[in-house]
Amino acid sequence: MADPDTDLIQAVLAGDTAQFEVLVQKYSPRVFATARRYARREVEIEDIVQEVWSKAFQKLASFRGEAPFEHWLMRLAVRTCYDFLRGHQRNREHTFTELSDPERDWLDRFGADPAGTSEDADAARALVRRLMDMLSPKARLVITLLEIEERSVKEISVLTGWSVSLVKVRAFRARAEMRKCLAKLNRNAYL
Amino acid sequence: MDLEKLEAKLIQAARNQPVSSHVPFAFEKRIMARLGAVRSMDLAAFWARSLWRAAAVCLAVSVLLSLWSFTSHGSSETITLESTVLSMAEQLSDNW
Repeated sequence: MADPDTDLIQAVLAGDTAQFEVLVQKYSPRVFATARRYARREVEIEDIVQEVWSKAFQKLASFRGEAPFEHWLMRLAVRTCYDFLRGHQRNREHTFTELSDPERDWLDRFGADPAGTSEDADAARALVRRLMDMLSPKARLVITLLEIEERSVKEISVLTGWSVSLVKVRAFRARAEMRKCLAKLNRNAYL
Repeated sequence: MDLEKLEAKLIQAARNQPVSSHVPFAFEKRIMARLGAVRSMDLAAFWARSLWRAAAVCLAVSVLLSLWSFTSHGSSETITLESTVLSMAEQLSDNW
């Protein structure tokens, strides 16, 4: 089945750059959703998405049409998000003495009754964000794609450009890194 | 605390959290404006790069010619070349 975007892409490559706006309008929601997994500030999210579209425009001639345009664009988006993570590595040494009261309360309740603690609580979501911020860019990318978005190893390999074996190795290391962070959480929650 | 269960719980929390796909108003217009600006800048950048490269090449050629001219001034090859060319010219003028 022909990609419905092929005509638009051909028009842009032929010089009718105004048609690119149609692609931007169509796929920006998906690109924004992807960027929001990796950045929190809206300014940074917009920068990421602008960078994605800028790269898409520059590299449009390299789109061969073997897969849908959306897949090609998402690969670009994931790699741009990864570059963003690498460029914005903050001091990840969050000490859990910085935990807010709701976060501590949630952890206390979880310790007492794991099954009865809601994962939909704001405190749980805040803890997840804190945990993600602690991870290295590689680990964060793999955990987000593999565990949170529940993508297959093969899909991750296509999105990131890493080989399947490299994805598996990085997934193993990312899980180990996350466990270390959780152990730190456990130790410091009771300080 | 069971860390495996904590990990599973927090991952589930992340999965349940919806991610907004909201696009700011007129975002596509901003993108198109930015792409237009980038294209114009690229043309100017292309010309600037080309001119700088041409200038570098001309400078290199000038330096080489200067060196050659400096080192070959009064050399026997130049004198031989010069005298050969001039003697031919003299011969031509004599025959003429």
